[in-house]
Amino acid sequence: MTSLVIAEHDNHSIKPATLNTVTAALACGGEVHVLVAGQNAAAAAQAAAQIAGVAKVLHADADGFAHGLAEQMAAQVLALAAHYSHILFAATASGKNIAPRVAAKLDVAQVSDITKVDAPDTFERPIYAGNAIATVQATDAIKVITVRTTGFDAAAASGGSAAVESVSPANAAAQSQFVGSEIAKNDRPELTAAKVIVSGGRALGSAEKFKEVITPLADKLGAALGASRAAVDAGYAPNDWQVGQTGKIVAPQLYVACGISGAIQHLAGMKDSKVIVAINKDPEAPIFSVADYGLEADLFVAVPELVAAL
Amino acid sequence: MKALVAVKRVVDYNVKVRVKSDQTGVDIANVKMSMNPFDEIAVEEAVRMKEKGILSEVIVVSCGVTQCQETLRTAMAIGADRGILVETTEELQPLAVAKLLKALADKEQPGLVILGKQAIDDDCNQTGQMLAALADWPQATFASKVEMADGHALITREVDGGLETLKLSLPAVVTTDLRLNEPRYVTLPNIMKAKKKQLDIFKPEDLGVDIQPRIKTLKVSEPPKRSAGIKVADVAALVDKLKNEAKVI
Repeated sequence: MTSLVIAEHDNHSIKPATLNTVTAALACGGEVHVLVAGQNAAAAAQAAAQIAGVAKVLHADADGFAHGLAEQMAAQVLALAAHYSHILFAATASGKNIAPRVAAKLDVAQVSDITKVDAPDTFERPIYAGNAIATVQATDAIKVITVRTTGFDAAAASGGSAAVESVSPANAAAQSQFVGSEIAKNDRPELTAAKVIVSGGRALGSAEKFKEVITPLADKLGAALGASRAAVDAGYAPNDWQVGQTGKIVAPQLYVACGISGAIQHLAGMKDSKVIVAINKDPEAPIFSVADYGLEADLFVAVPELVAAL
Repeated sequence: MKALVAVKRVVDYNVKVRVKSDQTGVDIANVKMSMNPFDEIAVEEAVRMKEKGILSEVIVVSCGVTQCQETLRTAMAIGADRGILVETTEELQPLAVAKLLKALADKEQPGLVILGKQAIDDDCNQTGQMLAALADWPQATFASKVEMADGHALITREVDGGLETLKLSLPAVVTTDLRLNEPRYVTLPNIMKAKKKQLDIFKPEDLGVDIQPRIKTLKVSEPPKRSAGIKVADVAALVDKLKNEAKVI
């Protein structure tokens, strides 16, 4: 029994979500191998070899992997799949995009978004926006899995000394082409890996106010910025800040919700945070039912006050 | 060019489901059912493309129980031309649905298949990608913009960190994200019109598809409850609690 973890990386370093996925793979039992498929990704492969618990790193290098297209990535995983009992991806935009393609080609089911490994074939996963937890058993020979990173601790990024083995890159027909991307550059921690998150909701009223009120608090706390779906839909915050059932699932040490009412779908994305603070002027807001500390106040007054007090 | 759009009948997003006391599942008896919100966005997108003259026909498909006909009628009230129900009372998992859709795609030869990125009941986020794999077609998941240019689809996708744009050869599979469009309200005249539209019914056997579930649900339980904490009087009290009680700052 051996597991293959598909690494997420930028060709130089390994993204944090991979570390949680390695922990989930170790929980499945057996050896853990990591696939680094990229373009000039030797540095990322070396970084993967340092992850504690990893037995072997497979490094596939080709121009076709430059943008992580699902068709190319899936072809690479499929070329190796026969050697593995478990194939694990982080449940990120990238992992969710590729994993089902691999599963369908293998004619096996996929177990999405696992939060716990009960046995090598038995997993727990939230359904209905986290309002129920299903314990499921996968009956196929190869288990294709996406891992909810908040369900597993991160493996240590150093301390391992796995061998790096070069594998020949697989080729898929070029049916899709990368045209371009708009990736916002920022110096903040990544939302899903942040220890502190400051999130804003519809109550902010505009993108300008969002920036003016929420950003200073995030700066002060060294926090990542998040938003409710309502705030994203209204254009106050970019789409990749959305926390919730269909956005990012987060579990920081501290989550500060400002002007967020707390719809089920939002709670699904953040209720596993260690400490939740809610600032909202509506005493009936459902966010207060999950908050450790609720402050019933106008956020436009309370948040600047909080910034000053920290 | 035809488009196939898949729609799923799910528990309405406003309903807070309860776990059955025998832990066999969630209680969906007498609960309001609706079209999966992402699928509604998929139907809207296809209908808009037809209104722009890009598509010639929009066919909606649903797989499941007889009542899925209501979901199909709603999709036809938005503007889809006709519907197909693959009727079964058996549990359908994403791989089985992808195989059913593949069989229908073989029959209908669409240029585009549009699906919601995930269903809000099982939260799987698999079917579109699986269909693309089975058909050997390119895919663009989590779409926030769909354009057609010289026989290709230009799709903007929501990815970690921002947006990316892909150019796909056709036929292709697209799955929708929330920002793609805002579905229209269906009007009464359109609901009446939808009742007269063609709706064909198949069984999985008719399509030669094995729908055997591959994943067994052993139990469904309540998540650990998070209880409400306390309300603090002011900012100073909040800072004090965070520093001295929670010790997180």
